[in-house]
Amino acid sequence: MVKTGELKKIVSKWKDKEGNLIMVFHEIQNRYGYVPRDVSMKLSEMLDVPLARIYEVLTFYNYFDLKPPGKHTISICMGTACYLKGANELLKKFRDLLNVSEGETTQDGLFKLNVVRCLGCCGLAPVVTIDEDVYGKVQKEDIPDILAKYAVKEKNA
Amino acid sequence: MHKSLKKIDEIRHCRKQDSLKETIIVGMNSCGIAAGAREVYNILEEEIKKGGLDIVLKKSGCLGACYAEPLVEVLAEGMPGIVYCNIDKSNASKIISRHFRSGEILQNNVYSFSEGLSPKKNRRKFIFIKDTDCSSSDKEDEYTELFLQEIIKTESSSMVHAAKTEVISLYNKGIAVKIWPDNIVYAGIKKTDIPRILKKTVEGTQIDSLIHKAGTEKYPQIVMRNCGRVNPEDIEDYIGRGGYTALEKVAGGMTGEEIIKELKVSGIRGRGGGGYPTWQKWQFARDAQGKTKYIICNADEGDPGAYMDRSVLEGDPHSILEGMILAGAATGATKGFVYIRAEYPLAIKRVYRAIEQAEKYGILGKKIFGTHLNFDVEVRLGAGAFVCGEETALIASIEGERGTPRPRPPYPSVKGLWNNPTVINNVETLANIPEIIARGGKWFSSFGTKNSKGTKVFALTGKVRNSGLVEVPMGITLKEIVFNLGGGLGSGKKIKAVQTGGPSGGVIPVKHLDTPVDYDSLHKLGSIMGSGGMIVMDEDDCMVDVSKFYLRFCVDESCGKCVPCRIGGFQLLDILSRITHGKGNDDDIEKIKRISHTLIKASLCGLGQTAPNPVISTLNYFKEEYIEHINKKKCRSGVCHELLDYSIDQNPCRKCDLCARTCPVGAISGNRDEGYKIDPVKCIKCGECFEVCKFGAVIKK
Repeated sequence: MVKTGELKKIVSKWKDKEGNLIMVFHEIQNRYGYVPRDVSMKLSEMLDVPLARIYEVLTFYNYFDLKPPGKHTISICMGTACYLKGANELLKKFRDLLNVSEGETTQDGLFKLNVVRCLGCCGLAPVVTIDEDVYGKVQKEDIPDILAKYAVKEKNA
Repeated sequence: MHKSLKKIDEIRHCRKQDSLKETIIVGMNSCGIAAGAREVYNILEEEIKKGGLDIVLKKSGCLGACYAEPLVEVLAEGMPGIVYCNIDKSNASKIISRHFRSGEILQNNVYSFSEGLSPKKNRRKFIFIKDTDCSSSDKEDEYTELFLQEIIKTESSSMVHAAKTEVISLYNKGIAVKIWPDNIVYAGIKKTDIPRILKKTVEGTQIDSLIHKAGTEKYPQIVMRNCGRVNPEDIEDYIGRGGYTALEKVAGGMTGEEIIKELKVSGIRGRGGGGYPTWQKWQFARDAQGKTKYIICNADEGDPGAYMDRSVLEGDPHSILEGMILAGAATGATKGFVYIRAEYPLAIKRVYRAIEQAEKYGILGKKIFGTHLNFDVEVRLGAGAFVCGEETALIASIEGERGTPRPRPPYPSVKGLWNNPTVINNVETLANIPEIIARGGKWFSSFGTKNSKGTKVFALTGKVRNSGLVEVPMGITLKEIVFNLGGGLGSGKKIKAVQTGGPSGGVIPVKHLDTPVDYDSLHKLGSIMGSGGMIVMDEDDCMVDVSKFYLRFCVDESCGKCVPCRIGGFQLLDILSRITHGKGNDDDIEKIKRISHTLIKASLCGLGQTAPNPVISTLNYFKEEYIEHINKKKCRSGVCHELLDYSIDQNPCRKCDLCARTCPVGAISGNRDEGYKIDPVKCIKCGECFEVCKFGAVIKK
């Protein structure tokens, strides 16, 4: 549930600054993991910006999600170095194992599979991150074990 | 003297004292942290505490050697300064127990070495060994072993010690050794030289005939001068290393005109891609009418395979702030924005912190250093749109709009953010500026070539052995970068091409590797300097696939505002996809050329204008690969799956049946007595059989 108080705090911090819209979205996504529709509607009122304009900007930028994320976000780096070192094969393996396409969340809501632009650790290519954890020089044989770690964590939780 | 200037003097004095203390510095940029630097830091912290040792433990940015992370620099009394590589939780504590307590070096982890704290009080001498030839079989292990054996044999271990090193700043000179603290370099040594080198070293004399007189060749570090040396979260560290000296000059009376004049003398050009002379941008903004002017730091580094900006933002954020304040002083702007991509959380955190500290120390804000100079900096985040690296799109994004470009002119220097004169400089450009002002434009222009001054940082990645960041003077050849600094190819395969400039650049084939790296030479070859991505490709990389990869990137990132880019890019990608799927037509190459030409001529911004570059340059240098894909339906690199033929080599085959059981479409027939074969008609070329075969009997070509 979105709390109006929280939203007010975010908005009041940025309200008087020019070109604030994108920074407000960032704060909202940091808080909720995505930008929920009801938040956008409230924002429209609070900032006095038409909802159409909010969505115009929101949908332009890849970074903002309109749907709730999975519990864990898998990001496969598709920078050039990672691509040349087989990131595509990794993506295929993740897709097969999780039965989702990129940008989708698994049915149990556990994993969201993302393809990202260069993460900037080309020395470790190919790179996959899951939440804050970085996995470098990943081989596709490693993937089942990597995923299992998170699944086990969930079971124990 | 103004009180904030006085404080800076005090800090410098204080830091000078500190720099004589025993110190450990852990490289903690995101790449280092990803490789485990945080754990290493924690272990060291605990060991120091446990032993009650008087050792300064510091965090820093990254030295650039990403392949060897985590890196830890150690400065101990009477020892050479050592940068250790590949330190992890298993060997971190040895830095304390062996290096500090016993005065030994962790032999297998030396990345580079320096003079250290007090070489005159050395406990013993050190011989560092490196095989400087670029072959796949390094001999430094063997030679190090021989030196160590000789040391034992001659019972001189209390006098001298030997270790191999990753870096000795000498190339293609055979086995080289450098002796610390005598600073003697021997090159091209043979096994038989070992006993006498050791003997002379112990005696404190030298062998004149073996000495490498030219000495070592170290490249100047300007942009990365502080990376890996200062703690990016501590402004006093930056000040201690001479930071904000340029700003003091301004406080001492240096005028805006004079700043721009220095830049003009330095000859620095924008490091973000375009290569536009920086002084001109500043001059235009200075001359432009308007009360409000802005400085923007473009830190929306989106090129896949380039991360030098991240490294500077994370490792030395104050150099960028100082560059921005100087830009403000030169142009009359009082407000700056740092536009960072949201994908760099650590960089964002460190820039925020740097701003906060600079405000506290009176370096940002009103009346800086008691002058009339006012300057504030605010952070704005990108949101995953590559096109926002284009300056007008970036401006739109800061204004809170969709990041679509506008036609130029008017240029941002005249009419930019909220229609006010705006200077947009890239991170690397700004990091250069404090050094130029502090040391003079003439000093800067002594590096580089006639039309490309200074240094450039490249992110050397791909199939190269030592991938990481390298800062080199302009004009050095590609070959030197790939083979000397990069150590050649790790794969043992042949190099095919080097790609520079990311999705807007082109590939440079092997025959042009002797080309000096500068703006004009690269342009002549159909590539660009760009932001500095440098990707090494070998025989396993298909040029058609590579051009498709880059083009797909641009098509995905096209904002859709102008027709040539939106539709042309899509059509071009469609043709390339067909070719890689074995459905290419004879007239495809002609079509590619026509569409590319239109994109270059008619697109609104740099993204569309340069998107066909990878396609055109691969077509230019590797046309035969395109023709093979189209006519023979073959991919010589074995990348384009649908053009491969799978077969089973009967010799290595053990008739285990695994491939036949794995094949999802039943294309493999046979039995355990007679062997197996693949029906090419049924085969869907999924590659599963190739993956499962333990004996390498499935062949794809």
